[in-house]
Amino acid sequence: MATGCGKQAEAPGKSPNIKRVALVGNPNVGKSVLFNALTGSYVTVSNYPGTSVEVSRGHAVINDQSWEVIDTPGMYSIHTITEEERVAREILLHETPDVVLHVLDARNLERMLAMTLQLIEAGLPVILVVNIMDEAERMGLTFDLELLRQRLGIPVIGAATTRKRGLDEIRSAIVAYRHDPENPPHFAYSRLLEHDINEVAGLMVGEYILSRRALALLLLQQDEEITALVRRREGEGFAVIAEKVREIAFNRRGSFHLDLSLERKDIVKKLILGVFTSPEKRVVTWAERLSCMSVRPLTGIPLLLIVLYFGLYKFVGDFGAGTLVDILEQKLFVGIFNPWITGVVKMIIPWEVIQELFVGEYGIITLGIRYAVGIILPIVATFFIFFSFLEDTGYFPRLALLVDRIFKRFGLTGRAVIPMVLGFGCDTMATMVTRTLETTRERVIATVLLSLTIPCSAQLGVILALLSKFPGALAVWGTCLLLLFVVVGLLAARIMPGEAPMFYMELPPMRLPQISNVLTKTYTRMQWYFLEILPLFVLASILLWLGKITGFFGKLITAMTPVMASIGLPRETAVAFIFGFFRRDYGAAGLYELQTKGLMDARQLTVAAVTLTLFIPCVAQFLIMKKERGWKVAGGIGVFVSLLAFGSGYVLNQFLLMTRLLS
Amino acid sequence: MKLSEKAEEILEALWIAVEEEGARFLDPERMGFPADDPAYKELTGHTLVEIRQGMVYFRPEGREEGKMTIRRHRLAERLMMDVLNLRGDAGDDKACQFEHLLNEGVDIKICTMLNHPATCPHGKPIPPGECCADARAQGDLGVVALTEFKSGQEGEIAYIQTKDDKKMQKLMAMGVLPGNRIVLVQSYPSYIFRVGFSEFAIDSNLAKEIFVRK
Repeated sequence: MATGCGKQAEAPGKSPNIKRVALVGNPNVGKSVLFNALTGSYVTVSNYPGTSVEVSRGHAVINDQSWEVIDTPGMYSIHTITEEERVAREILLHETPDVVLHVLDARNLERMLAMTLQLIEAGLPVILVVNIMDEAERMGLTFDLELLRQRLGIPVIGAATTRKRGLDEIRSAIVAYRHDPENPPHFAYSRLLEHDINEVAGLMVGEYILSRRALALLLLQQDEEITALVRRREGEGFAVIAEKVREIAFNRRGSFHLDLSLERKDIVKKLILGVFTSPEKRVVTWAERLSCMSVRPLTGIPLLLIVLYFGLYKFVGDFGAGTLVDILEQKLFVGIFNPWITGVVKMIIPWEVIQELFVGEYGIITLGIRYAVGIILPIVATFFIFFSFLEDTGYFPRLALLVDRIFKRFGLTGRAVIPMVLGFGCDTMATMVTRTLETTRERVIATVLLSLTIPCSAQLGVILALLSKFPGALAVWGTCLLLLFVVVGLLAARIMPGEAPMFYMELPPMRLPQISNVLTKTYTRMQWYFLEILPLFVLASILLWLGKITGFFGKLITAMTPVMASIGLPRETAVAFIFGFFRRDYGAAGLYELQTKGLMDARQLTVAAVTLTLFIPCVAQFLIMKKERGWKVAGGIGVFVSLLAFGSGYVLNQFLLMTRLLS
Repeated sequence: MKLSEKAEEILEALWIAVEEEGARFLDPERMGFPADDPAYKELTGHTLVEIRQGMVYFRPEGREEGKMTIRRHRLAERLMMDVLNLRGDAGDDKACQFEHLLNEGVDIKICTMLNHPATCPHGKPIPPGECCADARAQGDLGVVALTEFKSGQEGEIAYIQTKDDKKMQKLMAMGVLPGNRIVLVQSYPSYIFRVGFSEFAIDSNLAKEIFVRK
């Protein structure tokens, strides 16, 4: 946002040969799919409104012309409310795109055309893409887009971008587009409103990218950003404008937004008369039936359990953390690769100290790479496949509404279900996604819960494997986490200042995901994940190696022994906790090692697993927390989480000793 | 018949004493208007009350008139609170002045606008008028919040009532605009509604701001 001015300054310096096309439109209408099709690059596509929180840029060559393609976050109106919408509008305000593609959902033509009107009214070079035609036709809707083109006076193209339909037409329309800023199509409001607009627009003398007509309307809607822009451009003349706006706003007090929306609705009604016909009877598709099942508590909760059982437990747990880890870690690394690489390194490097760095107990290759590739990779990969698949079906918004009531008690809304579920994959990624929550209060609460109680998939996989031999231990571990999630959530909702949040969410239709899209999405997520974790694993190996050769490591373990003893753990577990500081999953993997050596009993394993799950988030998550929430909040959460982790470990140990539950 | 304000107040006091407190008469001393006030003469002149041994009693016609007077008073209180947002003493004060304007059919209009309320802000019953009985007979729910709809019920959006501009704009962006058709798909655990071909989920805080007509 602060870059707005920067962008503006660099715009004139852009290469004159490169033209720009910006994609705008409501959330979840397929802008990103179109972006990918035009540029051949990849941005995350999903069946979840608000997936693109940032602007993506790519290049496309259309008819030998070079174009810059800009994908924007979804916006409902030119008068923006949320952060994402502001980001999207920045592009229109400052970047002078040569073509603006307004992408909308054919089924909701009537509702979404209001924004097309706003874009045309702003004097922007608009092409309308009526997308998702395939699903609309399946519902029995018919369109006369030629008639719509005549009435709007801009190119209108029917498309189904996920099925590659309409792409060629869009490309030719972009190239052939001739903008005539002198004679924009005009859609008149009521006489009274026109009068008000003209009064304000007539006072403006500055140069603007958007039309004065559009700016006048935004001023009357009390849009702060536009008011600031006009104040800058108009200088001394602004006082008169502000006075006029104040006067009109006062006369129309109470209902200006509504009046304007109603007037636009009327214009749209006339525009689509004869353009759009819907069948007499609503066609109920199988997807709608499934949708109904998923949102009723009676059928929705069993469905959720089925999804969790097969997706998370069977696919990620059994297959990913079991079968795949066994093949990669045990057979490939321990059985074949490690002995071989150890031999090779020992042959090339004569000094034992350096050998240790690469292939020793904490060696970069034998420990760092083995953990990352052998244990973490298969678990995280299977989780991301599961998550991406579910995301594309459109299940998450339904889950969100199902849990909204419960989440409200924790000071969150159902919307927070996405970061929470994603947290089971990677807490770091999930902490980034908390950005999509509306208030700072929700973001902080979600961040605390993520860093404390949600184990990431790698950790989860390892801990499941660790405790699976003791079903009782697994139950104690699960109960502890759930209990803390609820208690901390309830407390946070009471302690944190701020208003109770509100929940609203569009429910996209349920779809059968396209496998290619699921795989590409998994791939991009994996790529991000690996670039982020691998350096940390290597760094951790180096630090551990340094600690070992300097003797610092041994001292640290000795220093931590009383702490470990107080929660009833053998001193060797200190190693796992030191690992855990780098990444929680790294730490869990360390525990796994101790367990295979037979150093711990069920009680100790449970206490260690609970403490480690609650323990400070990994370094990466901490850094993201700092970036998203600032030092103070991140530091506070860090201290709170560490204290609570060891505190809970202590209490749990005493409890288990007293009740002899696991012995 | 147009009574003076004072006469109307005496009728109200008498009606409350007789109908709600179970007394048989009203003692003018307790009322604050001395027994020689011309208002009593006005009431006896219209044969609404009679005065025996210094105490005020209803005549049958007066009982009906008193009921309608109290109805106007309590409707005025509701109007002050629900629509003008005047609460507490300020609201009661204004209601006392306002009630005297609610005759000649104005009370029916106000009652319909308020969707035939059954109680005043203090929780006392508002005696129903003919308009209330008619509405009940026709099963006309009038304009209700979306939260009062049953799952599957369809209606037309009448208006959005919220002070929060952002809420208003969010709802409008979802296509919640007066005049649009709306179907309530589900009401628990969250409200799901359909406008056009889109479905949205909202919580009860937002749902209660949407007013719909069947």
